[in-house]
Amino acid sequence: MSASSSMQGHSVPASGMDNTVESPGQRAPLVLGTGDFHTVTNQVCRVTEHPNVPMAWYIAFGVSLALLGGLGVAVTYLIFTGVGVWGLNNPVMWAFDITNFVFWVGIGHAGTLISAILFLFRQKWRTGINRFAEAMTIFAVICAGLFPGIHVGRVWFAYWLFPIPNQMEMWPQFRSPLLWDVFAVGTYFTVSLVFWYIGLIPDLATLRDRAKGTIQQFAYGLFALGWRGSARHWHRYEVAYLLLAALATPLVLSVHSVVSFDFAVSQLPGWHTTIFPPYFVAGAIFSGFAMVASLAVPARELFGLKDIITMRHLDNMNKVILVTGCMVGYAYSMEFFIAWYSGAPYEQFAFINRAFGQYWWAYWIMVSCNVITPQLFWFKKVRTSIPAMFILSLFVNVGMWFERFVIIVSSLANDFLPSSWDQFIPTWVDIATMLGAFGLFGVLFLLFCRYLPMIAIAEVKGVMPEASPHWEGYAKGHGSHGHGSHGHHGGAPAGSQPALQDPRTGQP
Amino acid sequence: MTTFATPSSPSAPASTEPSVAQTWGLVARFANPAELMHAAEAVRKAGYRYWDCHSPFPIHGIDQAMGISRTILPVVVFGVGAAGCTLGVLLQSFTNSFDYSIWALVWVTGYPFLISGKPLLSFPAFVPVMFEVTILLSSLTAAFGMLAFNQLPELYHPLLKHPGFGRATDDGFFISIEARDPQFLRSKTGEFLRSLGASSVEVVES
Repeated sequence: MSASSSMQGHSVPASGMDNTVESPGQRAPLVLGTGDFHTVTNQVCRVTEHPNVPMAWYIAFGVSLALLGGLGVAVTYLIFTGVGVWGLNNPVMWAFDITNFVFWVGIGHAGTLISAILFLFRQKWRTGINRFAEAMTIFAVICAGLFPGIHVGRVWFAYWLFPIPNQMEMWPQFRSPLLWDVFAVGTYFTVSLVFWYIGLIPDLATLRDRAKGTIQQFAYGLFALGWRGSARHWHRYEVAYLLLAALATPLVLSVHSVVSFDFAVSQLPGWHTTIFPPYFVAGAIFSGFAMVASLAVPARELFGLKDIITMRHLDNMNKVILVTGCMVGYAYSMEFFIAWYSGAPYEQFAFINRAFGQYWWAYWIMVSCNVITPQLFWFKKVRTSIPAMFILSLFVNVGMWFERFVIIVSSLANDFLPSSWDQFIPTWVDIATMLGAFGLFGVLFLLFCRYLPMIAIAEVKGVMPEASPHWEGYAKGHGSHGHGSHGHHGGAPAGSQPALQDPRTGQP
Repeated sequence: MTTFATPSSPSAPASTEPSVAQTWGLVARFANPAELMHAAEAVRKAGYRYWDCHSPFPIHGIDQAMGISRTILPVVVFGVGAAGCTLGVLLQSFTNSFDYSIWALVWVTGYPFLISGKPLLSFPAFVPVMFEVTILLSSLTAAFGMLAFNQLPELYHPLLKHPGFGRATDDGFFISIEARDPQFLRSKTGEFLRSLGASSVEVVES
């Protein structure tokens, strides 16, 4: 039992209490039901250590695995046959492939936003959700990376994406946004992975120290790198974490900006828009948070993490969804305004065609799911209702997928020349690939939930009031050891040692 | 791991008691972050040099209590970041703007792309990739530089096999003092740690 829990007479926030209430001058508790570090460790590690997993996990894993199998079949067929197996045609040369790419990259934005930007803003509630949001980021970027790779048709030339001279001694063309995209997404994946892993090291050490089986001890021990909670290590660790957060913050804003350049730098009406970079970033955060909420709600129910991912966390996420949803709604209306204000007939046509042309249904699904239904989050009752937020977050996921579909397909299908207009109709390969990406994501995410700590244990402990050496609960218990004062310079230490050397024990 | 002979140990040649010579140090457990911090201050003031605190999460203010000087990691990261930015410029201008040949394991030649009549050295178009390369290299440096300065991975360490020390990654707060510290005396150091309020003081074998 931890000694901190034996600190007498300090009230512990009750399990399942309503911590969404704002009371001025008082911090709302972020960890409920305990004031004890050991309980937090147990709650999180129980998920990976328990021999049995809930039946729901097996069902979800089975479904994901089946979809992943479908992806394998669809991609193999595509590679052996050619991109003609998709429903692409002459004006619509990008459809489901790039829609899925942009959708998944967008999903991947929430993780780094939570881990980096909210870290810089000292939003302590991020600790409850950052680990699996970061994991979600990595898996989403893996799904995203699949699509540019396979949509080129001849995948054996995928190395043309990298700065390697080809057989004609030509290099890739760095003035193309498509190449910026390769660097942006590649950097984003690498940095997110490193950030995630650095955060995992102390928690892997926790799992290592608790592991019973040899395989677990070896595997967790290997990846924990011999972490032993040293204060000298923590010092550099915290500096490195801060640096990574500071570097990842502009990165996360740049990635979807660069993705939007794929469209904005072209000359196509409906794509050639200066609002795209901020609009895409807001949309990415919007969809990413919705995906985090869709995953966090079942995960906290299933794995008993309600006291760590509390209602306050969900409430905060829903507020972010509301704000970014409003930004996205603003962008939709501003696009229309600029199309009218530009006086360019092609631009005006592109937007009227979006709302009332052959893809009107996709446009209105997008507007309903992204702008109208999130407005319900203005009500606290909705923000704190589990079924409501789950359904609304799924709506946002659907809406954001359609946003990318609308932007890409409606602009291409009805371009400058009416004689070349066509319609995109997805084939079974398109649909199997789209669903298969969800399968890939699901498999990776479910394996992560099973074998790695879903919650950043060390960080959650760090935001408990008991983590501060100046917590008032410690003031009582500590007279018995002969230390009179709290301050760094208060009084001589109790030991009878001769002091007063200057031990500069720090290393670089 | 080097172990210093305890200079004033009256008890006899080391050969009779191999475990004495094998001592890596002492580890003392404290009840909570507050006690750990007070003890850390006292250990620093007592003049120990080879010692450390261990906690499941970073404790605010323990750096000052222990007298840890600030790491130079940010300087290294800045340097590498600047180099990364330069690398981004060189990569793009070499491959897209000139036809110089350089030797990079094999001879490679740049390819001056003339696209839409834009200048060969169209700098604004190079900014995104410069930015990404900068971020990539500085992030990798921050992460791996931290591990390198911490001398990790270090898969074997005497503390890691010490029973009970596993709580350092759970809810235990420890101070370890190494036997190679010039002031280290098994009995006296143990006594000192106990006087700071340690709930247990144990010998760690190396």
